[in-house]
Amino acid sequence: MHRTQIQNIMTNNKIIELDDAVVKFVGDSGDGMQVTGTLFSDTAALMGNDLATFPDYPAEIRAPHNTIAGVSGFQVHIGKRRIHTSGDNCDVLVAMNPASLKANLKWCKPNATLIIDNDIFDVSGCEKAGYASNPLTDNSLNGYKLYSLPISTLTKNFIEGKVGDVKLGMRTKNMFLLGIVYNLFGMDLKTAHHLIGKRFKKKASVAELNKEVISAGYQYAEEHNLFTEKFHVGPADLEKGAYRNITGNVATAWGLLAASEKSGRPLFLGSYPITPATEILMELAQHKSLGAKVFQAEDEIAGICSAIGASFSGSMACTTTSGPGLSLKSEAIGLAVITELPLIIVNVQRGGPSTGLPTKSEQSDLYQALYGRNGECPVIVIAASTAANCFYYAYMAAKFSLEHMTPVILLTDGYLGLGSQIFKIPKMSELPEIKPPIAEANDPDFKPYRRDNRLVRKWAIPGTIGLRHRVGGLEKLDIEGTVSTDPLNHQKMSEYRLQKVLKVADYMPEQDVYGEDSGDLLVVSWGGTQGAVRSSVKHMIKDGKKVSHAHFHYIMPLPKNTAAIFSRFKKIIVCELNMGQFVNYLRASLPEYKYEQYNKIQGLPFLVAELKAKYNQILEEK
Amino acid sequence: MAIENTIDKSNEELSKQDFVSDQMVKWCPGCGAHAILASVAKVFPEIGYKKENFCFVSGIGCSSRFPYYVNTYGFHGIHGRANPIATGVKVSNPHLSVWIATGDGDSMAIGGNHFIHIVRRNVDVNIMLFNNHIYGLTKGQYSPTTPMGSKTKTSPQGTIEQPFNTANLVMGAKGTFFARVVDTRPGLMTDVMYEAAKHDGTSVVEILQNCIIFADKTHEDITGKDVKDDNQLLLKHGEPMIFGKNKDKGIVYRDGALMAVTIGEDGFKLEDILVHDQYRYNPGLQRMLARMHPPKLPVALGVIRSVVAPTYDDLVEEQIEYAKANDPIKCVDDLLNSGDTWEL
Repeated sequence: MHRTQIQNIMTNNKIIELDDAVVKFVGDSGDGMQVTGTLFSDTAALMGNDLATFPDYPAEIRAPHNTIAGVSGFQVHIGKRRIHTSGDNCDVLVAMNPASLKANLKWCKPNATLIIDNDIFDVSGCEKAGYASNPLTDNSLNGYKLYSLPISTLTKNFIEGKVGDVKLGMRTKNMFLLGIVYNLFGMDLKTAHHLIGKRFKKKASVAELNKEVISAGYQYAEEHNLFTEKFHVGPADLEKGAYRNITGNVATAWGLLAASEKSGRPLFLGSYPITPATEILMELAQHKSLGAKVFQAEDEIAGICSAIGASFSGSMACTTTSGPGLSLKSEAIGLAVITELPLIIVNVQRGGPSTGLPTKSEQSDLYQALYGRNGECPVIVIAASTAANCFYYAYMAAKFSLEHMTPVILLTDGYLGLGSQIFKIPKMSELPEIKPPIAEANDPDFKPYRRDNRLVRKWAIPGTIGLRHRVGGLEKLDIEGTVSTDPLNHQKMSEYRLQKVLKVADYMPEQDVYGEDSGDLLVVSWGGTQGAVRSSVKHMIKDGKKVSHAHFHYIMPLPKNTAAIFSRFKKIIVCELNMGQFVNYLRASLPEYKYEQYNKIQGLPFLVAELKAKYNQILEEK
Repeated sequence: MAIENTIDKSNEELSKQDFVSDQMVKWCPGCGAHAILASVAKVFPEIGYKKENFCFVSGIGCSSRFPYYVNTYGFHGIHGRANPIATGVKVSNPHLSVWIATGDGDSMAIGGNHFIHIVRRNVDVNIMLFNNHIYGLTKGQYSPTTPMGSKTKTSPQGTIEQPFNTANLVMGAKGTFFARVVDTRPGLMTDVMYEAAKHDGTSVVEILQNCIIFADKTHEDITGKDVKDDNQLLLKHGEPMIFGKNKDKGIVYRDGALMAVTIGEDGFKLEDILVHDQYRYNPGLQRMLARMHPPKLPVALGVIRSVVAPTYDDLVEEQIEYAKANDPIKCVDDLLNSGDTWEL
């Protein structure tokens, strides 16, 4: 955060110009933290900031009141520079109760601004949170700018006489706090009123009360001259065009819809709810007007099997899941591989193994995506890296799957899926063509497993005259597609299936490198860690180090220029949120290079500082 | 309505030959599946759909080799998953007449969950459930329909599990169509398959099939030459439930249960005999009929239940039509620009 201080002559208050700021709203589940954070981030977006958000909520729907287990949070990172992540540590923490303060203080920068409802910090509240004494009065927060305010009382005083049901009305205390935060950042209340009106479109009286309370919070801060230093984050220098805010899961759903429209193949989704992938299923269920057929199956296996059936009968078929669900789908993925049908499998990764950390994120399903099936069973593996580019990579996953008649696994993760980002709205006309190899009726040359020069077979859709044929899980005779147990045929078909996937590299974009294209250290990463790793490399370059960054989106096959890039660096380090899956894949794929690795498996993103420390250590080693 | 509306009719006269595949049929000589295959080849031309609009889907097992042996579009799936694969085929492409070949292992054990759900949803498909009481392709282990006490390779002292009654599973899942046939009655098989094809929704046809190698004569108490007349009740809608070598036996309802009686004995007259109503929505009596078995009662064959209910795939199309007519989002560009957006 770079600061410039401007004296505001009118109020005698200082306004501190920030390049970026991380604000986190935390409270009890049910305190409305998601709504509060969303209003704040939407306002920032409308004021021209770039931003990324991340909701941080417990796995339990309503954990015991005012306990650490029940803490719900929403983090927003706004900037006048480009924002890649929801931010490491907070500049401002807004805490509604003791438990949420206790759980989140460790994520605050030194001297961070804390805005706290002290009405909830009574003896029992502090005890429930595990505080031996009241942190607001025991000087333990001396290293912070503490604003300890009786938010509940202030809200109650304001709404009494305005509403019949005061208890219900007290649910607006998050708005009182938000008004204070708007004042701190000099944000526009009119925008807030507009957004509140939209959110409570069907409940005019609720909308009105929320508007009044947010204004009251703002006025309270203003009249009491609460902040002698206020923050201002100017508009970001974004490319001209239309923008919107989007989460990774919604972007994934929309990317699939776009590919369906472009390819002319109706979308079929067969899925089973699972955290953190469910939003894709819910989103696609909203878009029947675009012809999307969404089948909520009885289990993960039925989800993928219905998708395979739909693919056989001519749909652009998808299934969406998270790690444990992908395990259940393994056998069926093999069926899609051997029947050589298009299928898009989205895995929104979470912490594993087993049920693991459902609401936390890691990159530990790469092996599963690459290898987790019986037999020689290659699939295309693609990974998105930001909430917004989930749209693009979902689209490309569908394109490669449809055009090359093979399953694709798209890896995202919980942070990407649930986090949001500013998204420059594309035009459909600008997206690349998608041309599935559909067999024509009565094609005299049609054979189920006849291949073109890309080794791709034709898609003969049931109902088409003159193309009756059978496919299935038993090995098929080359060209003819009848069942075959011939040893040499099996070898040939196994090689075809692999080469077909490897040849997709001819149609993929080349890998790019951030920074100089040669140097002392190449930092390699993939998937959702792009923002943190890119920031760490930027810092290194600023420090004068010869460090560059290659962030991979195409994993299987690897981009064709991968070896050429690796050969130009003295050292290579692969950073990932697992115990070394991509690095070992690279060791197997390109064994001529030596790879260092940095791994973290805590259900948490990388911190810039820890990455830099590792790079410096490697650069110093002889 | 599917037969009239959504599946294209053939405009040429089709014959058995149109459905014969060029593949060698590799079932054991004497296997009941041969008769089922012959019945399908006979009835498909009569159903009247375009030959390209038939699609067979199967799972794993002897039954599931079926798609290779009939010349339609076909998909040979994985163990237990024929039903969800077929759901995808039909929902994605409702203009197809979808047929599932499956067995008591495939649909009652590993795919049991999928089976009850496809039935519950009433997807418009036709399930031919080959029930031979045994795992044939893995060479003779007991299945969920193997009678209690049967000795098999995995139950050397006899099974200690209660078997499923397929029909009751179907009706418990609110099934709309259930029929039962034996592989020794080809005429009944074709009649029932024709009715199954006409039915809108999931039609389950349980075929009591003989596995000559691993469970030979498992249905002998029903199909045996000496006993078949007395142990088979051929149900016909609107007709009294009469059976027996001399057509003098019938089913009556007494004291909450079904009972086999002889007309003219113990004061029972023809008017006392129950009349079959396959279209009756309340499944109570149909369930009782489906549970009948020798020695006290005959096994009920034919269409036991056939009721009208909306199909899953029709409802999908309806919702899509409604959304297309009423949702302002008509294309992906509309979607991308919907809701809160701003210009920079």
